[in-house]
Amino acid sequence: MVAAPSYIDEVLEHVDLQETKRLTEEQLEQFGAEMDAIRQRILDDLGEKDASYIRKVVKYQRGFEIAGRALFYLPPAWPLAVASLSISKILENMEIGHNVMHGQYDWMGDPGLNSRMYDWDNVCPGEQWKYSHNYIHHTFTNVLGKDRDIGYGILRMDEDQKWHPYYLGNPLYAFLLMIFFEWGVAMHDLEVENIVNGSRKIEENKALHAGIMRKVKRQALKDYLLFPALTGPLFPLTFAGNVTANLIRNIWAFNIIFCGHFPAGVATFTQEECEDESRGHWYYRQLLGSANITGGPLMHLMSGNLSHQIEHHLFPDLPARRYPEVAEEVREICERYGLQYNTGPLHKQLGSVAKKIFTMALPPKKG
Amino acid sequence: MSTTAPLPALGRRILGSKVLAALTSPHGVDRYLEMINPMWAAQDVRARVVSVHRENPDSDAAPVATITLQPTATWRGHRAGQYVQVGLDLPGSAKRMTRCFTISSAASTPGEQITLTVRAHEEGQVSKYLVAAEPGTIVHLSQAQGDFTLDESPATPTNNHLLFVTGGSGITPAMSIVRTLLRDGYDGRAGRKVTFLHYARSPEDQIFADELAEIAAADNDVTVHLFHGDHVFSEFELRRLVPRHRDTDTWACGPAPMMELVVAAYDGAPEHRLRTEFFKAPKPAGSGSAEGDVTFARSGQEAPNSGATLLEQAEALGLSPEFGCRMGICFSCTSRKTEGTVRNVLTGTTSSMPDEDIQICVSAPEGDCTVEL
Repeated sequence: MVAAPSYIDEVLEHVDLQETKRLTEEQLEQFGAEMDAIRQRILDDLGEKDASYIRKVVKYQRGFEIAGRALFYLPPAWPLAVASLSISKILENMEIGHNVMHGQYDWMGDPGLNSRMYDWDNVCPGEQWKYSHNYIHHTFTNVLGKDRDIGYGILRMDEDQKWHPYYLGNPLYAFLLMIFFEWGVAMHDLEVENIVNGSRKIEENKALHAGIMRKVKRQALKDYLLFPALTGPLFPLTFAGNVTANLIRNIWAFNIIFCGHFPAGVATFTQEECEDESRGHWYYRQLLGSANITGGPLMHLMSGNLSHQIEHHLFPDLPARRYPEVAEEVREICERYGLQYNTGPLHKQLGSVAKKIFTMALPPKKG
Repeated sequence: MSTTAPLPALGRRILGSKVLAALTSPHGVDRYLEMINPMWAAQDVRARVVSVHRENPDSDAAPVATITLQPTATWRGHRAGQYVQVGLDLPGSAKRMTRCFTISSAASTPGEQITLTVRAHEEGQVSKYLVAAEPGTIVHLSQAQGDFTLDESPATPTNNHLLFVTGGSGITPAMSIVRTLLRDGYDGRAGRKVTFLHYARSPEDQIFADELAEIAAADNDVTVHLFHGDHVFSEFELRRLVPRHRDTDTWACGPAPMMELVVAAYDGAPEHRLRTEFFKAPKPAGSGSAEGDVTFARSGQEAPNSGATLLEQAEALGLSPEFGCRMGICFSCTSRKTEGTVRNVLTGTTSSMPDEDIQICVSAPEGDCTVEL
């Protein structure tokens, strides 16, 4: 007879020991202290540069937005209008919205850049997203059963999610999630999967419905009715352009975000492992549960610096423009502790995610 | 300065329209307008500094200045005695600091100019910046706030006796009320008996001295009594000057020691006879001890400071503030601290600024502390 798997075996299943080293309590504490020191140094240095950076990004984003809306009046410039509006929406959602709503710029005291006031150009109400993202996802990153970003409730992205014939559709669901990403994010908080499995009552969603509907109406009114109507006879073209811009943003955001936690080698954790976890272990989990994308400044800007997903998860409330500078130190610390630092070019990370989506669709091989 | 003139009425109508709001959703019209001209706004209130006038040029105490502000067309006006929150993007720090200042000018109508009379406190970064502000500087404003006002409808004026007792910078709200009474009264008269008692450190520190002398000299029903130096407030003197003070509608504003004496002088008077407004000066950072009291203003709960985080202390009192990660990353628990010093338990840094948004899950009070919860 095989004995019940011990606690340690359970842990080992989740963390690939070949690549990932486990740290002792003391090491974890030291590791945490080094991370805290980086954090403190950046906090002490926040100022004019960070403020003018984010204001500049906002200015450019507004510029692209206005240019995009205006160019729809010139039918030959349609592709340019779509490009401009897509850039605006990507910048607004990623480098501005995501980061501002993380509280990265709360210290400036500017209500226009404050996490409690800001809402993004996206059908998901900022208020609901902040709860599921800032709290649930960032606190319980890659903890199975807690972090609902693992598979977003519809995909199988980890071996420890029990296989079911439903998951044969994994690639299809992922594709649909990519196309309708903003809608997926908006529906995320409704925890539909938990309603299906009976652990959540549909009444619990009542309060959320109103917020989502209000936001959806506003977004649809603007993008699919008012702006097209303002271009008069060009209504269909403008309408199509706005749909396309939202679609491009959806595809881009989905790809960047899926590269953040799903490439091969990213670790997941059990709830037992994370009970009463120390600050050092939290940092350790954030590091091992995230993956970066290499690239130049444009890549970092257009991904809202989520190309530095590792640094973002270690320091979610530091202005994202600081991640590249912090990354060198984080990498050096990882080398010293022998910890894996998961990074690679976009195509490699994407390929790895795609492979996972397909493999997880199939039942696990009996070993 | 023509580029920072407030908007004409038609522009305001267009900017405030529902269609424009829908087109600029979710950010709102103002987030676009501010990039073109800071004096254009549909909701936000900002103001341009028109002029700065030093009130106590001969004093060696902290400078006091009257700042004339031209607000945006969104300014709804104010009732005499109200205050306004002024936000400044201080150069260098990139942090917007917001402080409350009483409006010293007479009641204003929408879009009308107002004045603030500000004492530059040693630690007061905002007040120091304001008294030295260059004309043309843009500041952020709230709408006017506060109930320390002449609470009578101008449409149905009464003619009962009014009494103002003020000390130091506390003169500003009373000044605004008296200026309004004289402006809106009949023929430069307040139209009723008004008694104005003011206590200043010295004649050199007396602000509005010339205007007060004029008011005192004119035949306008206003009696002014100015006291300087060691001549501090006493109930005995108040009785002498206003024998039925407990039956007289009174407005008192000044430093805490004076206010204690004034409040005592109205002990037993009919409720609401005395209206008070206290200064809120920044308190020096605590000694690092956990003593003092923690006050949760909205729920009215108060308890000795246990030294735990504000979130834990609130929960210990049976409150259930919103929270998420409990480790300072998710900003779910952000609340406004109105007074006191808090220490960030992660970084060890302390902060004593009034009206500051803090994450209560990682903030422990040092000494007295008040949080809006």
